[in-house]
Amino acid sequence: MANLFVRQSQTTTRWMLIRRLNIWTLLLSLPALLTVLILFIYPLLFGLDQSFRSGARGEGDWTLQNYEKFFGDSRQVDTIWTTFQIALPVTFFSVALSVPLAYFMRRGIKFERLITTILILPITLGTVMVAQAMLNYFGPRGWFNQFLQSIGLIDAPLRLTHNFLGVEIALFIQGFPFAFLLILGYMSGISSDLERASQMLGASQWQTFWRIILPLTIPGIATAFCLSFVANFSVFPSANLLGQPTGETRVISIAAYQAAYIENNRPFGTAIALIMGLIEFAVIMLVLWFSRKMARGATLGGGKGV
Amino acid sequence: MSNPQVSKDATILKKTVLLRRKPSTSSRPPLKKGTLVGKILFYGLIGFFLLNLVGLVGSVLVDSFGERWFGTWLPANWTGRWYEYIGSDHNMGQLLTNTLFVAVTTTLIALLVGFPAAYILARKQFRFKGLLTGFYLLPMLIPPLAYGIPLATFLIRQDLHRSLAGIILLNLVPVLPFVILILAPFIEQVDVSLESASRILGANRFQTFRRVVLPLVIPGLLTAGLLSLVRTIAMFELTFLIADANTQTLVVALYGDAFGAGIRPNQAISAMAVIYMATTMALLVFALIFIKPTQFVVQLKSNKSK
Amino acid sequence: MDQIQTLEMRGVTRRYATTNALANFNLLIKGGSFVTLLGPSGCGKSTALNCLAGLLELTEGEILVNGRPVQHIPAEKRGFGMVFQNYALFPHLTVARNVGYGLEIRGVPKAERARRVKRALQRVHLEDFEKRYPAQLSGGQQQRLAITRTIVLEPNLLLLDEPLSNLDAKLRGELRIEIKRLHEQLGLTTVYVTHDQSEAMSLSDKVVVMRQGQIEQLGTPQEIFMQPTSLYVADFMGYANRLPLTLVGREGHLLVVETDNGLSLRAVSTLAESQEWSPGQRFLGCFRPEDANLITEPLINGMRGQVQLIEYLGTSFEILVQLEGENQSQFLLRSQYPPAVNETVIFTVPPERLLLFPLSEASSTKVVKQSTISSGEPALKGDN
Repeated sequence: MANLFVRQSQTTTRWMLIRRLNIWTLLLSLPALLTVLILFIYPLLFGLDQSFRSGARGEGDWTLQNYEKFFGDSRQVDTIWTTFQIALPVTFFSVALSVPLAYFMRRGIKFERLITTILILPITLGTVMVAQAMLNYFGPRGWFNQFLQSIGLIDAPLRLTHNFLGVEIALFIQGFPFAFLLILGYMSGISSDLERASQMLGASQWQTFWRIILPLTIPGIATAFCLSFVANFSVFPSANLLGQPTGETRVISIAAYQAAYIENNRPFGTAIALIMGLIEFAVIMLVLWFSRKMARGATLGGGKGV
Repeated sequence: MSNPQVSKDATILKKTVLLRRKPSTSSRPPLKKGTLVGKILFYGLIGFFLLNLVGLVGSVLVDSFGERWFGTWLPANWTGRWYEYIGSDHNMGQLLTNTLFVAVTTTLIALLVGFPAAYILARKQFRFKGLLTGFYLLPMLIPPLAYGIPLATFLIRQDLHRSLAGIILLNLVPVLPFVILILAPFIEQVDVSLESASRILGANRFQTFRRVVLPLVIPGLLTAGLLSLVRTIAMFELTFLIADANTQTLVVALYGDAFGAGIRPNQAISAMAVIYMATTMALLVFALIFIKPTQFVVQLKSNKSK
Repeated sequence: MDQIQTLEMRGVTRRYATTNALANFNLLIKGGSFVTLLGPSGCGKSTALNCLAGLLELTEGEILVNGRPVQHIPAEKRGFGMVFQNYALFPHLTVARNVGYGLEIRGVPKAERARRVKRALQRVHLEDFEKRYPAQLSGGQQQRLAITRTIVLEPNLLLLDEPLSNLDAKLRGELRIEIKRLHEQLGLTTVYVTHDQSEAMSLSDKVVVMRQGQIEQLGTPQEIFMQPTSLYVADFMGYANRLPLTLVGREGHLLVVETDNGLSLRAVSTLAESQEWSPGQRFLGCFRPEDANLITEPLINGMRGQVQLIEYLGTSFEILVQLEGENQSQFLLRSQYPPAVNETVIFTVPPERLLLFPLSEASSTKVVKQSTISSGEPALKGDN
């Protein structure tokens, strides 16, 4: 009799355990899940479907013509290379510059708060504002050129707007602070005990940096690279305002927009946008895979974490 | 979060973006500071960056108040008429309302939806957690145009594009992962044993949430909220896709002005830019006045509460 | 809450992924007694405590208070009190509000709440700190605050999860006495979790030594201390010295054993199965450093050895001695007066304090040495 009683309460306990755990997890996650599903996954799939349809409104049958149209047109395919040309250098440069600067600042410096606050400014202002400001400041008659000319560094004003360089500068202004703060966060999270230990074991400051700090920062560098690359590869307003949207800065986002809203061929535009997304995603996966290979085991015990 | 990397990123974002830690006050000796050359390079570079930033913002400001400015340091005359100009050119009231309404509503929804999702990620362990985290964060890795164009098409079909509702939904997509990313480490920081203690003392889950969890996560909510607000105001690519003359926000109007640069005098565009900038700054200042800055500062876990 | 007459954990299992944090755990606790769950980290003691509290769900089994099952009752309704290892004081509430938290939840009116809080704080001499925040208190004060917060609700069961482990030695001693005094005053049924055997000894009515989710031995502190029934428990209680021995015969209630070098000793066993043991079987003899005596004319169990190291402990000296003829056996002994290093000493262990354990256990237990001395080979593990 007692055995029966015990058995029953055993199973009820187990059932209640499962039920209780899942209900809360489900309920609380549901709103976010639904939002992502409805507003992101569904449109993405919808767009995927659209991209494979013929007809300007996507009511035709299944076809590859949109993708063929893109890859068949050298002017369109060129946008991929152009965008890479724009995105890669500035991403590399932002990240590369961030590393030594973050290293210098990792234990805190004077005016840290001030510097951090001001660095956030370009991020808060946004792409359009920065682009417009650049047209004023870096323009042929702007303060920057005026200053350089007045101190005799240059004779004629530098062409920094309405060209490739302009877009690069714009992306750098917004991308660098972000990458810098991210990498700084990582580096300052590496316990200073590790550096002290390295020092005691006879390593010079450079050796400590190269052998200890840098490897442990690789995940942060990879993250900064990925997020910066995403932002840079998607460049749109800067390329339009500061570059030559019909010429050397005709990036893939412009191509997508043009197709969808100017030529009113939504499926084609969607196809281009999806191609852009895919390329970006592939690059991110590559970078993450690569960084994981390089930093295997390094994050474990990498100090007291962040 | 089960992915330590993502959690780290979020923690860094949270910590670095808003004014944190003072230099170490531990009893251990400080590490060697950089050499003089290093210092010069560092402050030089940062100073150069900041100087140009000031120049960028300043040139727009000056331009907006200037009368006929050609190649000199300052305009020949000062005037306020450009602000009148854009006042008649645009429905500023509507622009401001739209911008603020969209930003605030999007942020509130994102917080409401993202907080429980972040709570689950921060507290619970379950099989699909990594997958779920990736799922939430996906919109941050895909270029806005890639999901924006199909989503915009979808919203237009649902006839949501004539109201701000469509714009809010569109902007919600990139903001939600952002909010989750920022909130999760804040929640993790709240010791689980505090919730256990509250329960043992008789509080049910709701009371525990209200009395213990919520007060301790408020800094996180404020940080996430403020960053989302700023980000949404600056978010161009998405709103641009479906806004019309009545539903456009400041940043879209600014872009429109800047892109059609031949039609408008540059000073008018600058005036517009200043209004836009002022709105963002005003919001930041407003937030910082009403919310004690100390609430943003994350208190690092002391060793005692291990 | 009604007084506890009996508290029982019956067949409690807690499975997490593929491992059993607790496996078929059975424990009956008499109302008013102080029971300690003792063991190294990972043995399941905290899990058992959390299951009792209702913070962890049982995979199987029951928890019975006075015969009534309570495992389905959520933690907030059980009316138990719990003190956490890191105190879990609410950092955003003042000391007074921390203490009054449970009362607030219960809807106790403000005036009475303030009264009870004040009285509770007076009892632990914290009444001046009412308006302070936990972060402004010292470690010892925080601990007292954590206990007070719980006591003020007059629970019928008090659960303590390693409450002293974050404190320095002096504070630990002081607060231990306070906990004991509290138990004597209030007579609350208490379940205490620790890995520190001296805490377990001094505070408990009963000690439960745990191992990998199960009970290894249950008894009074004295029983556990003097009569450990397994190598694992002996280890934990500081029986740091090991000697491989072969059973040769019996002499009254004593067991006659021999070392590999033919040294003849007398020993005992705490195990019931020792009745079945036959000559030729191998065992591990264990004894505590404190039970050995440096003596010049031992009547029984005399051993000779060479002094390797001497460590000053303040209250006595700890001496590492290499047993003559046994290259693998080094022992830790205690003495008031130190011999010289390399000197040959004679020492003895009373037969009742030399316990035999079967060798099969030896390979699965790790030695927990109490001394910090180490020299050459730390050869106090089971040899075979």
